[in-house]
Amino acid sequence: MASPLISVKNLKKVYQMGDTQVHALRDITLDINKGDYVAIMGASGSGKSTFMNIIGCLDKPTSGEYFLDSIDALKMNKNELAEFRNQKIGFIFQSFNILARTSAQENVELPLIYNNKVGAKERRERAFNALKSVGLAERANNMPNQLSGGQQQRVAIARALVNDPVVIMADEPTGNLDSRTSYEIMEIFRTLNEKGITIVMVTHEPDIAQFAADNIVFRDGSIISHEKVTNRKIPQEELKKLPAPETGDKK
Amino acid sequence: MKIINLIKIAYRSMSKNKLRSFLTMLGIIIGVASVIAMLAIGEGSKRNIQSSVASLGINTIMIMPGAITSGGVRLQAGTSNSLKIEDVDAIQTRCDLVQYVSPVVNKGVQVVAGNQNWSTAVYGVNLDYFDIRDMKVSVGEKFTEIDERTAAKVCVIGYTVDSNLFGGGVNPVGMTIRINSIPMRVIGMYDRKGQNAFGMDQDDGIIAPFSTVQKRMMSNNNLNSIYVSSKSDLVMNDAVDEISKLMRQRHKLAPSDDDDFTVRTQQDLANIFGAVSKIMTILLASIASISLIVGGIGIMNIMLVSVTERTREIGIRMAIGAKSRDVLIQFMIESIFISFIGGFIGILLGIGVSIIVSKFGGWPVTVTPTSIVIAFSFSAIIGIFFGWYPARKAANLNPIDALRYE
Repeated sequence: MASPLISVKNLKKVYQMGDTQVHALRDITLDINKGDYVAIMGASGSGKSTFMNIIGCLDKPTSGEYFLDSIDALKMNKNELAEFRNQKIGFIFQSFNILARTSAQENVELPLIYNNKVGAKERRERAFNALKSVGLAERANNMPNQLSGGQQQRVAIARALVNDPVVIMADEPTGNLDSRTSYEIMEIFRTLNEKGITIVMVTHEPDIAQFAADNIVFRDGSIISHEKVTNRKIPQEELKKLPAPETGDKK
Repeated sequence: MKIINLIKIAYRSMSKNKLRSFLTMLGIIIGVASVIAMLAIGEGSKRNIQSSVASLGINTIMIMPGAITSGGVRLQAGTSNSLKIEDVDAIQTRCDLVQYVSPVVNKGVQVVAGNQNWSTAVYGVNLDYFDIRDMKVSVGEKFTEIDERTAAKVCVIGYTVDSNLFGGGVNPVGMTIRINSIPMRVIGMYDRKGQNAFGMDQDDGIIAPFSTVQKRMMSNNNLNSIYVSSKSDLVMNDAVDEISKLMRQRHKLAPSDDDDFTVRTQQDLANIFGAVSKIMTILLASIASISLIVGGIGIMNIMLVSVTERTREIGIRMAIGAKSRDVLIQFMIESIFISFIGGFIGILLGIGVSIIVSKFGGWPVTVTPTSIVIAFSFSAIIGIFFGWYPARKAANLNPIDALRYE
């Protein structure tokens, strides 16, 4: 059997807050396979964000092991990690985190700019294709302030996809969006996952988690449940259940 | 990551904040412009001094009686009567490197012509003097050797004397002037030479044959100085040695004795004035460069603001793969950009200011390529120096903290 895409063993993270030690993660062991679609849930302070930061190679654990794509992520220095993130991981954030006053196209090009193997022409093509795949081809030259929240999040998804990452990590991707746009984003996630892209998504909204294949629940730094979603929701069907959109939905 | 991309990023972020970038640049512009203008003024006055020194004749060597100290304070001037006409003859016959030699006796005199009078100096010299001093007589003519031998009462006057005695409107040739009540005929006027390095008007003088002045106006047979010109400016120092040796021999000085005369070249004078103007230039340029440093602090300040303001952007870039070095270079390029463009505009402005100063201030101004290179590289160094700290701060940010920054 192929080794899991994400393999975490005995992961611990302790923050020193003055005199007291805060155990953000207590002994987490978890495997995520290629093609999985995992939703990580938990209340705030449960450690899910810390976990996300560590598997996103943005933070280092206090102890434990972490392999991403069979590579030991904890043995790398800051610069190697930067390159690793660039090549392997696509990030999607709650607050979109796309650069202001920079066109959608340029935002999507950003990861490729930090990738020396990609030339300017290829970069533009790949960025445009990524935008097309999230349905924003005609918005390529718009600035973020000319885009709606859902469109901005789709730009962020395109940016996450453009470097062909092995995993997409989404931190509360629908946190700042209304239900309709949330479902639209979930629909994009579903199609991506069907194409074989691994998705790890942090959310605290149970109905959003129902779109994923697996649900993992964190509490107080430990995993308290890890199970398959029995009756997975289909985003398109949820969209139909919503009241008809008002005209001029897209800004 | 490719530098060209970083340059694009830097350019974009600057053009997003045009006014801010311009104001930051302004500090560098003013700094560079003032350094260039100050250096131009310094260089201009240096050249001015050099040209006025050259107006005394480039190869000119002056021998003066008495010793001087190295500090430039002449000791026992006038009390020493060491120079005689025989020294002139000896230099003429025995120094190989010498081309022209002229004795000089001079005296402050009152000159009268008609109802005008003027206080000036009369110089008794031989014909070589015109060549040594590079003087030309285009109105009238020089005196002749016959005049010299017969101590003829003829003279060549300077422009200032002419304009004070005759108003400058008439040809003075043929007029008679009275120098200390001795009537002398004006046979020529020498071409204007302007001020010398001391600021003395070289056109304010009367030149007459040596014998005339010596015999008719002086009470003794001492020379005030001897003017010599070397065969070329290359053998100048050798000529000075040759003359000194001869003079010591003639004056029977023991090896332990100090010279009882002073040999000075135009170059010595040029050096003294050059040193003064150099100090002035350095002073002015240092004051100007303070404004460059202030400009650099401006860059640092605005870059720090920019780093704070863009913390989130830095976080995003780092999350999606920017290395510390990429972020460092991105911000460095921005500050270097500002200082380069500022430096370039500053050069243009500095040249403009220099031209205005010379046009309206009547100040001699020369912009040299060196001063441009100095000012420009100085501004570039300031851009790098003051840009480094903020860029470093950006590069050292932790991506998680930067992403959370509100």
